[in-house]
Amino acid sequence: MTKINVKVDGVSYSDEVEPRTLLVHYLREQVGKVGTVVGCDTSNCGACTVDLDGQSVKSCSVLAVQTDGSEVTTIEGLAANGTLHPMQQAFHDNHALQCGFCTPGMIMAARDLLKNNPNPSEDEIRQGLEGNLCRCTGYVNIVRAVQQAAGAKA
Amino acid sequence: MIPAAFEYTAPRSVSDAVSALAEAGEDAKVLAGGQSLIPVLRLRLASPSTIVDVGRINDLRGVRDDGDAIVIGAMTTHDAVLHDALVHQHAPVIAQATATVADPQVRHRGTFGGALSHADPAGDLGAVALALDCEFVAQGPSGERRIAAADFFQGYLTTALSPDEILTSIRVPKLGDGWSSHYEKFNRVAQAWSIVGVAAVVNRSNGGIVEARIGLTNMGSTPLRARAVESALAGAEASAEAVGAASRHAADGTNAPSDLSGKADYREHLARVLTKRAVLTASGV
Amino acid sequence: MTAVEDRPDAEIGQSRRRKEDHHLITGRTTWTDNVTLPGMLHIAMLRSPVAHARITGIDAAEAKGRPGVVGVFTGEDFKDAQGSLPCAWAPDGLVNPNTPSIAVDQVNFAGEIVAVVAARSKNEAQDALEAIGVDYDPLPPVLDMEAALKDGADLVHPTTESNKIYTWEFESGAAGTGEPIQEALDTAEVTIERRFIQQRLIPSFMEPRSTVVQPVGDGITMWSSTQIPHILRTLLGVTLGIPEQKVRVIAPDVGGGFGGKIAVTPEEVLCTLVARALTKPVKWTESRSESLLAAHHGRDQIQDITLTAKRDGTVIGLDVHLYADMGAYNRLFGPSVPVLGAFMYNAIYKFAAYRFVSEGVFTTKTPTDAYRGAGRPEATYAVERIMDELAHELGMDPMELRRKNWIKRDEFPFTTVAGLTYDSGDYDAATDKALQLFGWDDLQRERAERRDRKDPVQLGLGISTFTEMCGLAPSRVLGSLNFGAGGWENASVRMLATGKVEVVVGTSPHGQGHETAFSQIVADQLGVPFEDIEILHGDTQSSPKGLDSYGSRSLAVGGAAVVKAAEKVVEKARRIAAHLLEASEDDLEFEKGSFTVKGAPGSSVSMGEIAFATFLGHNLPDGIEPSLDADATYDPINFSFPHGTHLCAVEVDTETGFAKIRKYVCVDDVGKPINPSIIEGQVHGGVAQGIAQALYEEAVYDESGNLTTGTFVDYTPPSAADLPGITAERNVTPSTYNDLGVKGVGEAGTIASTPAVMNAIVDAVRPFGVNDIQMPATPERVWRAIHGQEKSGRAEEGTNAYGGATTDGGAL
Repeated sequence: MTKINVKVDGVSYSDEVEPRTLLVHYLREQVGKVGTVVGCDTSNCGACTVDLDGQSVKSCSVLAVQTDGSEVTTIEGLAANGTLHPMQQAFHDNHALQCGFCTPGMIMAARDLLKNNPNPSEDEIRQGLEGNLCRCTGYVNIVRAVQQAAGAKA
Repeated sequence: MIPAAFEYTAPRSVSDAVSALAEAGEDAKVLAGGQSLIPVLRLRLASPSTIVDVGRINDLRGVRDDGDAIVIGAMTTHDAVLHDALVHQHAPVIAQATATVADPQVRHRGTFGGALSHADPAGDLGAVALALDCEFVAQGPSGERRIAAADFFQGYLTTALSPDEILTSIRVPKLGDGWSSHYEKFNRVAQAWSIVGVAAVVNRSNGGIVEARIGLTNMGSTPLRARAVESALAGAEASAEAVGAASRHAADGTNAPSDLSGKADYREHLARVLTKRAVLTASGV
Repeated sequence: MTAVEDRPDAEIGQSRRRKEDHHLITGRTTWTDNVTLPGMLHIAMLRSPVAHARITGIDAAEAKGRPGVVGVFTGEDFKDAQGSLPCAWAPDGLVNPNTPSIAVDQVNFAGEIVAVVAARSKNEAQDALEAIGVDYDPLPPVLDMEAALKDGADLVHPTTESNKIYTWEFESGAAGTGEPIQEALDTAEVTIERRFIQQRLIPSFMEPRSTVVQPVGDGITMWSSTQIPHILRTLLGVTLGIPEQKVRVIAPDVGGGFGGKIAVTPEEVLCTLVARALTKPVKWTESRSESLLAAHHGRDQIQDITLTAKRDGTVIGLDVHLYADMGAYNRLFGPSVPVLGAFMYNAIYKFAAYRFVSEGVFTTKTPTDAYRGAGRPEATYAVERIMDELAHELGMDPMELRRKNWIKRDEFPFTTVAGLTYDSGDYDAATDKALQLFGWDDLQRERAERRDRKDPVQLGLGISTFTEMCGLAPSRVLGSLNFGAGGWENASVRMLATGKVEVVVGTSPHGQGHETAFSQIVADQLGVPFEDIEILHGDTQSSPKGLDSYGSRSLAVGGAAVVKAAEKVVEKARRIAAHLLEASEDDLEFEKGSFTVKGAPGSSVSMGEIAFATFLGHNLPDGIEPSLDADATYDPINFSFPHGTHLCAVEVDTETGFAKIRKYVCVDDVGKPINPSIIEGQVHGGVAQGIAQALYEEAVYDESGNLTTGTFVDYTPPSAADLPGITAERNVTPSTYNDLGVKGVGEAGTIASTPAVMNAIVDAVRPFGVNDIQMPATPERVWRAIHGQEKSGRAEEGTNAYGGATTDGGAL
C-alpha cells in the first residue's frame, strides 16, 4: 500500500492505495465519486475522463499513485452552488445525452476542448472529442451543445 | 479490468531511476505517461513485478534549444510537444504527427519518449524520428550514450535500450532553409492506430529535390526508412510525375503486416499512394 | 418556477428538455455498478479461452485458498440448480438443447463461463481467476453456417442430430396474401439475384453489464443493467424455481441497451445462485473486453435474395432465403430475430408474390440475439440494396423505380404481400422533402462531373426508402407466431393528495426519455403541470406489471396505456366533480385540468381540488371509493409502421478506398410527435449505428473460433470525428392504431441508414464494375472492389464463417 494525498472536487483526501489501483477505481471505490464511470479497458471510450491538474485525462489509464499531490475535478465537482457549469447546461439544453453513461466523460472532455480552443469549428469539435465514444446520440447534439457553450463563453 | 499487483517506485532523479531499474531486475517496467503500458497491464498482457515511474523526474520534461538541434525531454507530453514553439519552428512534422496520436486526453499524459520507447510499429512518431535522423539519448549504469534513430528500433516493441537504461531525451536536428516536411496518416477511425503512415522530409532547391528522407509507419516490425524512394528522389524534379514514379518504390524492402485493418499487399499499395502524397505536400506541389 | 399562464396549450409536440438529464449531467447516477451493500462480495467469471471443448477437469483448490476468496464455483456445483436459460420463442420443432449458465462438461463458445469466484474485493476475485486450472479436450470449432448444415458436419451440441435449429417459412401463395412465388420466378422478365452478408455486430451499449443480487429472506432483490426487469423477474423465477413473488428486479439507471440488454443472462443466474449459496449480497460488473466477448451479439445472417420484375420496372416477386447464426445457444429471442424481419422484406413496395425462408444454425460462437432493429435492418438492407441493383439492370433512376412500385398515399390502408396492413404513410411527401433538403440535383451534377473527369475522389448517392413494423406487439399475433409472451403494456396513474401525479409504467427506459415524454402526455390528459408528474418505472416492486422496452414499443404501446389510465382517472374525477359542483356529469366540460359547468363559467373545480377532496373523503358521492387512480393494460390492435426517406452522399477516394460521408439527410414519418427533440435524437443515434454497420463494425472470429475484435481497439464504434452531421426532419401521418397517433422511433434510423450508405458507396464505384461490397466497407474492401478483387462469395475455408475480415486478412 502507498499513501497518497489527492484533492478531489475541492476536498483533500489522504488514502492508502495499492499501486495497481487505477485512478478511476480510487475515485469510485475509495472517494465515492461514482459519477465517473468505466466504459472500457483500452482507453478508447473516454467515459472515465476527469480533469487532472488542469488537463483532461482518462482516469482508467492513470494510476492513483501517480496523482499523489494532484488535484482532480470530476463531473461531480463542476456545478458550483447549484448552478450548472455552462457545458452541463448546454448538454441539457441541446438534448446532448440519452442514456447518459458517456456524459460525464464527454462533458469533461468538451470542457477541456473549449479551454484550449474557445471558438472551435464543427470539425475541431469533432476531432477534439475523438477520444470519447457515445452510442446513443450520433454526436449531432453533442456538437451543438459544445457550440452553445462556446457561444456562451464568447 | 485491473492490473496484477506490482511493486511501485517513483524516483526523483535519472540516476535514482537507473538504480531502481538495476535493483528491480529484468522483470521491471518503466512507466512513462502510461498510455500504452497501463491498458496492457489492465488486460494483463504484461505483469511486471516492479514499475519504475519516471513521471516525477522533472529533468526529463521540456524542450530546449541546443545549437544545431532541439532536445526534447523524454517525458515531455504529446500535448506539450504540440504546443512547443521550438518544435513548430525547427521540426514541425513532429507536431503534425503528434496531433494525430490517439486523442486529447491521451496526449495530455502520453509522452514523446514513452511512445518512442514503446516502439510500436503502428505508432506515428518512430517514422518521424527516422525521417528527421533524430538521436536518442539514454542513461544507464555506465553513463550516457547516444543512439542514432536508424539503430534505435530493433524489432517489434523492441529498442536498442538495454533493460537497465532509461531514455532521457531525443535530439532533433534542426531543419535548415529549403527543408520542408509532411506526415500523411491513414487509418479507419480517428483514434485508431495508423494502417500506414508516411513522414516525408524534403530539401528542395530550384524546383528540384536535393534530398528526401522518408519514414514509414506500420510497414514492418519497426518503423522503416523508404531508402529506394529516397534514392529515386535525390536530384529529381519536384513534380507529380517524378514523385509518383519514385513513390512506386515505397514498399521496397518492407515487410508489412497483415491484420484486421489490411493485408500486406494493401498496405504496400497505401505506402506508395501516401508517400506520393506526403512528398508532394511537403514539396508544396 | 414557470408560471402556469406561460404554459403551452398542449405539452404534446413541445421539445421539452428532459427530466432525466439533471442527475446524469451532474454525476448523481444510480448505475448498477454504483450499488454497494454491507458485506457485499465481488464476483469474477472465468471464461473459456477455447471455442469448443470437453471439460476434463477443473482444479479450483488453489483459487479457494487465495486471499479474500470466499467461494469458487464450477458447473458441477450448479448443474442441477441452474436450470436452462429461457428461449421465449418456441415454434414447432425448434431444436433447443439445454442452455446452461455455467458450462458443466463442455464449452461451446469462447467466453462461456466455466468457473465463478466470489471474493471480498474485486481485485481479489480477479486475481483468483488465474489460480483456477481447467483441462480442455478440444473439439473442432463450427464456424461456417453452410458447412455446419452439411451432412456429417461437426456438431456443436452432442445431443442434437444436426446444427440446424429450425426452418421457418412464409409463402404468399400458401398464406393467401399474394401470388405463388414459383410462378413469379418462372415467368420473370428480369431476375436479380444477390447474396448479402449481414456481418456479426456487437451492440456495444456504453454501460458494461452489471448485476447485484441481495438475498432477502427466501427470495432475492436484483439490480441489473437490463432492458427487461419484468420479463427477467418472471423468467429468473421460472428458471431457478424461485416463486415469482419472491423476486424483485430493479433496473436503475441503465446505460444503453440497443437490444443487447434484452436477456436473461448467465451472469444474472449465477449471481443469484452464488448469493443464495453464500447468503451474501454479490456484485458482478463486466469489463469491456468481457462484454464484447460474452454479451450477446447481433445480426450475422447470410441473405440470398431473388427479385423478379417486368422490364418496365414493376416488381413482381421477392424470394428470400436466410441462414441465421444463433451462435452456440438459443437465447431469449435469438431464433425469432430473423422472423421479425420476415414481414418487412417487401417493405413499401407492391410485390405480387413473396417467400421467406429462414434457417437457424448453431455455431461455436457467442450467441446472437436482438440488436437495434432485430430482423428489420437486415430486411430493409436486402430490399433497398437489390432495388438499386434492379434499377441499374434496367437503366432506371433508382428513385423513379421506387416511386413506380411503392404504395401511394391514397392506397392506405394497404395489406401487403406479407399480410400486414399498413394504416398510414406518405412516401412521396417524405421523399420529396428529403430530396429537396439534400440538394439531390446539384449532387447528381457533381457526381457526373467527377465521373467525367475521372476524379480520384468519386461521389456516390444512396437512397433508402424504408418502413418498419413497430410497437411490439399485438398479443394475438405473438401467439400465432409461437412467442411465449404477450405484447400488452400496463400503466397506472394516481393523483396524490396535493394534486401531484404519480404515473407507474411497465416500460423500462435506458436513455429514451420516457419520464419526459410520458409526463407530456399525462400533463395534457389531466391538465396538470408537467413538473407535477413523476414517472415511476424499472422496479418490479413499485411498477409490478409490464413487458419492458424494446421493439420501439414504449410510446406506441406503453404510451397508449398511459393515455387509457389517465382517461379513467378523468372519468372518475368527473363523477366527483359533478358531486362537488352539484351538477350533472353530462353538463361538465373538462379543459386544462378543470371541470366547469356548461354555461356557468364561475363554477369550476380543478383536478387538484378533486384530488384533495378525494383524499379527505369527507364529501364524495355515494359508492365512490376515496381514491383517484386508475390502471390500464393496453394490447395494441396492430403494429405501427413508421417510414422515411434517407439519402446519403459518400466520397470515395479511389486510390485508398476510403469512404467518407459527405452529407446525410433523412425525413422520417414516425406519426404524431410527442417530443420532437427526443425524436430527432433517436434518429441521430439510430442513423449513427446504421452507418457504423456500413462502415466500421464487425465481430471477427479467427479460424479456431476466438473473437479477434475483443476490445474497442479492434471493434471500432465510430467517434464524433468519424461521423457526419445528420439532417433529420419529419413528415407526419398519424398512426390510426393508437390514440396518440404515434408510430415509434427507436429503431428507425438504424434500419434505414445502412443501405443508404452502402448504396452510395456502390454508386460511387459502379463505373469500376462494382455491384456489391461487403460490410463493413473498409477502405481495403472498397479498394479491392475497385480493383476487381472483391469476392462475391465466401472466405476461404477454415478462416471465417462467411467472408468477414480474418486475422490473416484472408477475406476481403
